[in-house]
Amino acid sequence: MTMLKEKLKVTLLTGRTIEQGVGKEAGKGTQGYFESTTMCYMDAGDMKKLGIRNNTHVKVTTPNGSVVLRAVKHARGAMPGMIYIPYGPWANAIVSNETTSIGMPSFKGTPAEVESAPDEPVLTLKELLRKEFGR
Amino acid sequence: MSIVNAVTCPVCGCLCDDIELTIADGKVAQVKNGCSMCESKFLNYISEHRTKTPLIRKEGKLVPASYEEAIHKSAEILANANYPILYGWSSTDCEAQRAGVALAEEVGGVLDNTAVVCHGPSILSVQEVGIPTATLGQIRHRADLIIYWGCNPWSAHPRHLERYTSFTEGRFEGSEWKSYINKVKASAGRKKLLSLERKGVLKQRYEPPVQTVSDNKPPATLSKEGRKLIVIDVRKSMTAEMADYFIQVEPGKDYEIMQAIRALVKDQELDVDEVAGVPVEYLQELVDAMINCEFGVIFFGMGLTQSAGKFRNIDVAISLVRDLNMRTKFIIMPMRGHFNVTGANTVFTWQSGYPYAVDFSLGYPRYNPGETTVVDILLRKESDAALVVASDPASNFPRKAVEHLVKNPLIVIDPHMNVTALVGDVVFPSAIVGIEKVGTAYRMDHVPLPLKKVVEPPEGLLSDEEILLRILEEVRRIKSQRKEAA
Repeated sequence: MTMLKEKLKVTLLTGRTIEQGVGKEAGKGTQGYFESTTMCYMDAGDMKKLGIRNNTHVKVTTPNGSVVLRAVKHARGAMPGMIYIPYGPWANAIVSNETTSIGMPSFKGTPAEVESAPDEPVLTLKELLRKEFGR
Repeated sequence: MSIVNAVTCPVCGCLCDDIELTIADGKVAQVKNGCSMCESKFLNYISEHRTKTPLIRKEGKLVPASYEEAIHKSAEILANANYPILYGWSSTDCEAQRAGVALAEEVGGVLDNTAVVCHGPSILSVQEVGIPTATLGQIRHRADLIIYWGCNPWSAHPRHLERYTSFTEGRFEGSEWKSYINKVKASAGRKKLLSLERKGVLKQRYEPPVQTVSDNKPPATLSKEGRKLIVIDVRKSMTAEMADYFIQVEPGKDYEIMQAIRALVKDQELDVDEVAGVPVEYLQELVDAMINCEFGVIFFGMGLTQSAGKFRNIDVAISLVRDLNMRTKFIIMPMRGHFNVTGANTVFTWQSGYPYAVDFSLGYPRYNPGETTVVDILLRKESDAALVVASDPASNFPRKAVEHLVKNPLIVIDPHMNVTALVGDVVFPSAIVGIEKVGTAYRMDHVPLPLKKVVEPPEGLLSDEEILLRILEEVRRIKSQRKEAA
């Protein structure tokens, strides 16, 4: 399989998944929460373009930062040009903070770039907090 | 071992009140009727991720402390702050929220709840155009057209369909679960045939269709008898999979498509062929289904409030419902997330006059979303302390906002060691409302329901309300001492 060196331009959506919901109720330090919030749902066609498979690490970059996540194929229907990351500290490290003067950040619709990053690790919650906030 | 019936589930805005718990050795041993999130909450409420004593950050590390010490430290932080924020409130009971309003007024802070990153835009629109709505009971018994727009109850409100909409047996409308089961069986059969064709066991009859975004053709199920379920979303969610008709809209174009639907409802002609990736002829069929129903309902979620347009999307959705009411009966309802976020809006409103983003810094309540909303205050770096109750902004706010939250003294009251608690300065563990403490919560349709206490909290743990009242008392004591000294 050939790895595409260039970056794919996409629209970043963040939202709920049932696994994230179960994880948050079990505790944010649990493995279940970590696994359910460090994934990035992608369209099968887009994954092909980047030359990646399920669970390959990808680096998602927006004007607000970048984060490494696991790419997972979106199981139902097509969603070309979109990526979907479950709500959590990883998604929120890169979403747009533009509140358009009404207090609501733009959690859906941030322009982003995705690139294959098979060798970069997904940060754990503690590592992420240390990197982002020094705590 | 004992069994407790009719327990209200403190997870999402559905507030399912038919949960049956088996209690053994003072712990919840079994959960019946609940969804996976409900089960996760009731079975994991006592785990290693739960703090047992208050913690105070000393030399960069959180160390155990007594309640007295932590309450005094928090009261000092709040009494010394010029512009503290008091945020969260959605996963606790109305009684704690009431104590929160008193504390915010005493310290002259900004009181805000999680609606700000959830249905805040919906509240703004409701204040502008009003809302034609109903209770979930009415919907359960009467609604024959259910539309989920920009929301995915399968993930966020798992029992919503089963208890209130398509899959419930109402007095005047039946459940559609049998038709859904048939659909699942048919789809499983098709998959098997395709697999046999791929393996060469069966002769290939046709090429498997390649799914595309514009694959929005209304299926025959749209004209079936009984309750219809339509899902409108940017991606095919699990709820969309269950729907009789799924419309895939291009991201950020909900406003456009809703205005187009409004025009069609008013019998106007559109001079374009497609709107937001959906052909107008398909939209016409959707509009026909809307007009021909007897009792329609639109549920909407974050897909509208968090994407481009935000509260304008809700404006136009409510306006659409108003237009539809000229032709038939239609209502609209936001899918509230946390179990008592509706309660937070209600309590704040009856105490201060405003549902969220209430600024007490001038001595009287002031409300100006965009200015007094917590995310904006954090982004402008204006606050100098924060109290977070029953929520997790460090996990749910954009990074830039959290950076400022963490820079200043941060007090956290939460049963669990969540992300905000990990970066906090004073952390209070509390009894879990709805499991270890009785309380009141408001369902997404503004129906208040009692929450039960089914087990005793771990020894010595106070509830959110008690902690807040004690901080309030301590703040008042510190202030009166200062007055005397002056």
